[in-house]
Amino acid sequence: MRNYLVLRVVAKIMIPFMLLYALYVQFHGDYGPGGGFQAGVIIAAAIIFYAIVFGLATARRVVPDWLVETCLAAGVLIYAGVGLVGILLGGNFLDYFVLDRDPVAGQHRGIFWVEAGVCVTVAGVMLKIFYMFAGRRREDDDA
Amino acid sequence: MISAHLPVLQVVVPLVAAPLIVLLRRGLVGYVLAMAASAFVAGSALSLLADVWHGGVISYAIGNWPPPWGIEYRIDAANAFVLALLGVIAVVVAAYARRSVAAEVPAEQHYLFYAMYCLCLAGLVGITVTGDAFNVFVFLEISSLSSYVLIAFGRDRRALLASYQYLILGTIGATFIVIGVGLLYMMTGTLNIADMAARIGAVEARRPVLAALAFLTVGISLKAALFPLHLWLPGAYAFAPSAVSAFLAATATKVSLYVLLRFYFTVFGATFVFDALPMGGVLIALSVAAMFVASATAVFQADFKKLLAYSSLGQIGYITLGIGFASKAGLTGGVVHLFNHAVTKGALFMLAGAVALRLGSVRLDRMDGLAKAMPLTCAGIVLGGLSLIGVPGTAGFVTKWYLVLAALEAGSWTLAFVPVASSLLAVAYVWRFVEVAYFRPPSAEVARLSEAPPGLLLPAGALLVAVVYFGIDPSLTVGAAARAADALLAGIR
Amino acid sequence: MSAFGHFSYWITMFLLAAGLYIVIARGHLVKKLVGLSIFQTSVYLLYIAPGKLVGGTAPIISDKFTVYSNPLPHVLILTAIVVGIATLALGLALVVRIREAYGSAEEDEILAQDERAARDARAT
Repeated sequence: MRNYLVLRVVAKIMIPFMLLYALYVQFHGDYGPGGGFQAGVIIAAAIIFYAIVFGLATARRVVPDWLVETCLAAGVLIYAGVGLVGILLGGNFLDYFVLDRDPVAGQHRGIFWVEAGVCVTVAGVMLKIFYMFAGRRREDDDA
Repeated sequence: MISAHLPVLQVVVPLVAAPLIVLLRRGLVGYVLAMAASAFVAGSALSLLADVWHGGVISYAIGNWPPPWGIEYRIDAANAFVLALLGVIAVVVAAYARRSVAAEVPAEQHYLFYAMYCLCLAGLVGITVTGDAFNVFVFLEISSLSSYVLIAFGRDRRALLASYQYLILGTIGATFIVIGVGLLYMMTGTLNIADMAARIGAVEARRPVLAALAFLTVGISLKAALFPLHLWLPGAYAFAPSAVSAFLAATATKVSLYVLLRFYFTVFGATFVFDALPMGGVLIALSVAAMFVASATAVFQADFKKLLAYSSLGQIGYITLGIGFASKAGLTGGVVHLFNHAVTKGALFMLAGAVALRLGSVRLDRMDGLAKAMPLTCAGIVLGGLSLIGVPGTAGFVTKWYLVLAALEAGSWTLAFVPVASSLLAVAYVWRFVEVAYFRPPSAEVARLSEAPPGLLLPAGALLVAVVYFGIDPSLTVGAAARAADALLAGIR
Repeated sequence: MSAFGHFSYWITMFLLAAGLYIVIARGHLVKKLVGLSIFQTSVYLLYIAPGKLVGGTAPIISDKFTVYSNPLPHVLILTAIVVGIATLALGLALVVRIREAYGSAEEDEILAQDERAARDARAT
């Protein structure tokens, strides 16, 4: 689809806004509907859109496989790390109350990092699934 | 400080080990981390078992949200027993996996194998410790999804199909469980198992509760491969890598049966399930059918791992028979068989893996005279087989003893005769191996083989030592099982 | 309440039965997964429907409202949806590999191939 001028231009204009919208959904999750899962999916969708228009190989240069695998593992570690910090600060696992002197601010801080972890993992997993399926067909075509 | 957090840490440690392994991408690192996580689970499980040995309940509130609002991890004698079983098996299988996985899984996938192993362990431990009904489903899916992947690691292409079939049936089972939990949530307004048990009395006879019981029974039976919902199991166990067969055979169905116990005895209560409803009779009938049909099918298998898988189905029947009696002796027999069968079948699948490593196949017609080439392996298989039969001096005998006691207590001579009669079928399928391996001259192919490496024999041997030790002196296992039975029968109400 | 008052449960039951039927009756492995997804969808509805209170609003506390819908089923089902996606992705990945190994994604053809292989193994 690299040859369609309209698609290429539209993609270049839209992808930054998609990523920005993902960040909005991520951070607005504290006050309204939204959160890490949705944001991660939107980020992944933006990159998948890029891959569809500009080709899988180009997308893999921008977001390489090692980065995707690191993301999907790192997000889980961030999530679990928040839980373990709760234990280290003298609370229970995933105890947000102890993350700040003010329990409400602690809740805020805890859910912020947990959602960040969720976002990173979900984006990583979605991209990994896409890469695996899309990449496999390519091998078939070569053979 | 650590000890207060053990209930949650034993889920978190393997759960964190899995992404770490993926990050580091090294097979050896994966092995070390998987071993460390398993050892941690074993250590904490044994310490928790010691803590609840004299009764008492450990409750842990995730995120410091008090139950029933937050998720509670709740440990009593019943799940501490299952936890200890999980920990011990996980360590032994991890020790076995090093050599076995090196032979059966491509080197570049080793780290993924160990990551999945850790996830599966985390899921199983999670199911066991959690006191929240929906959490059970979440952990069930964590362990199931990772076990589908583990099965698909098998070299044979039939492993893929077996994994697919398990995925379909496992998902149907899990979805049935969620439907059951959802109906219970609608009727009681809570997801905390203890709270649910306290509130269910008021709505006990309402139709949604009955529907919930039905959905939960069918769903859990699918996951536990209770006859006649067992169709996924033989393929999955036969074509999975040896370490996975040993691990799943020893743990996955056992944990599902624990969930069944938990819902029957703690949530619904024994009087409702077994006195007001005829579930005891249903369970006993299905168990008896499993013992005879599955064991008889095992006799006619050409593939040794399939034979063991069908034998597992029969042995699951012993456990559910014990549950069906709903008496202390019956439950003790059923719960102790969770352990006895896990160590026996774990050892047998490990030794089958040792045969597969040397012979390249586990077809019985290629094992002619195997005992000459691999004497230790074959002796181990015979010893495990004796425990399946239930010969005195092995762990299998202890189970049968309690089941017969329970049947006599229930006043049924016929049912007392059933475990004994199905042992005869076990004799038949164990004898098939003995006849092939000991009484036929070695074929040229077998004569060239050498004994399996110690990396495979030692872990299997450790389990066999347990089989004999707990067959001769069962005070520890039976003591723990009796306490678990007390905890279950006491219920919440 | 009339039978129509329970219409969400009727839809749930229809989806449940339709999904299970597809899983059982269809031979193509991908179609089975589609059926499985429909089957799981029925559960999402089963949970969500009782969470809604007539006249209730989104559970964000405000002085203007007194009746709120129950948010817990939504959270539970978000989890279940994630699990459903993971199951579907894994199932499809397995089908891709099954098709590579057998050259077919039709269940009866695959079973026939296995049967043939087993007969050949017995013959040798």
